[in-house]
Amino acid sequence: MQAHFQQIIDALPYSEPFLFVNTLHSVSENGAEGSYTFSKDSYFYEGHFKNNPVTPGVILTECMAQIGVVCLGIYLTQKNTSEKAQLALSSTQVDFYKAVFPEETVRVVSEKEYFRFNKLKCKVTMYNEANEIVCKGNISGMVKL
Amino acid sequence: MTSEEIFDQLVPIITLYLPDDVSPDEIQLKSDLTGELNINSAHLVDIVLDVEDTFSIVFANEDMEQLHTVQDAITIIQKKITTK
Repeated sequence: MQAHFQQIIDALPYSEPFLFVNTLHSVSENGAEGSYTFSKDSYFYEGHFKNNPVTPGVILTECMAQIGVVCLGIYLTQKNTSEKAQLALSSTQVDFYKAVFPEETVRVVSEKEYFRFNKLKCKVTMYNEANEIVCKGNISGMVKL
Repeated sequence: MTSEEIFDQLVPIITLYLPDDVSPDEIQLKSDLTGELNINSAHLVDIVLDVEDTFSIVFANEDMEQLHTVQDAITIIQKKITTK
């Protein structure tokens, strides 16, 4: 992974157990791509579901937002200012197609729809290792400087 | 375009982003979009983008800073369509 991608991950305001970015593969003016592996020891598998661990949809959404919107938002704002950007989620609309089980690695691809007046809206898709679409939708966040 | 005509075109755009507990009847010239109509900052951007499409204009960051009430929106739109 390139050094400036690690800088973006280091700038994320999350830590374990709520960091859902392992690697960034690419970040550009138009989008971002990264991946994350769900450890079987993740806390939410204890209760979702009883004796049947499946990654919760809200966690998949969070993973999509962290890679697809927050990492991209940090990249886009770092280009214009040295100030540390904070992103607040403003809306999500996500459709789910496949379940994600413990130890699966997912890849998140986001395409910027627009970044205007501090609102970043992205079209985000998550793929599993078989390259099947796990979920996709639109996620928006507001950047606060 | 008169300010009444602009207002009539603005109301349906704003209504789209009103929270359920705010009635479209509350959209008045003096209404503060975020303070009184409870539109959040992300939806304020959506309104501006819809306004840009509807009136074929482009908002600058300075316009966004001046945008508080429905009247402010009309003033900005009117200025932009006359200088276009």
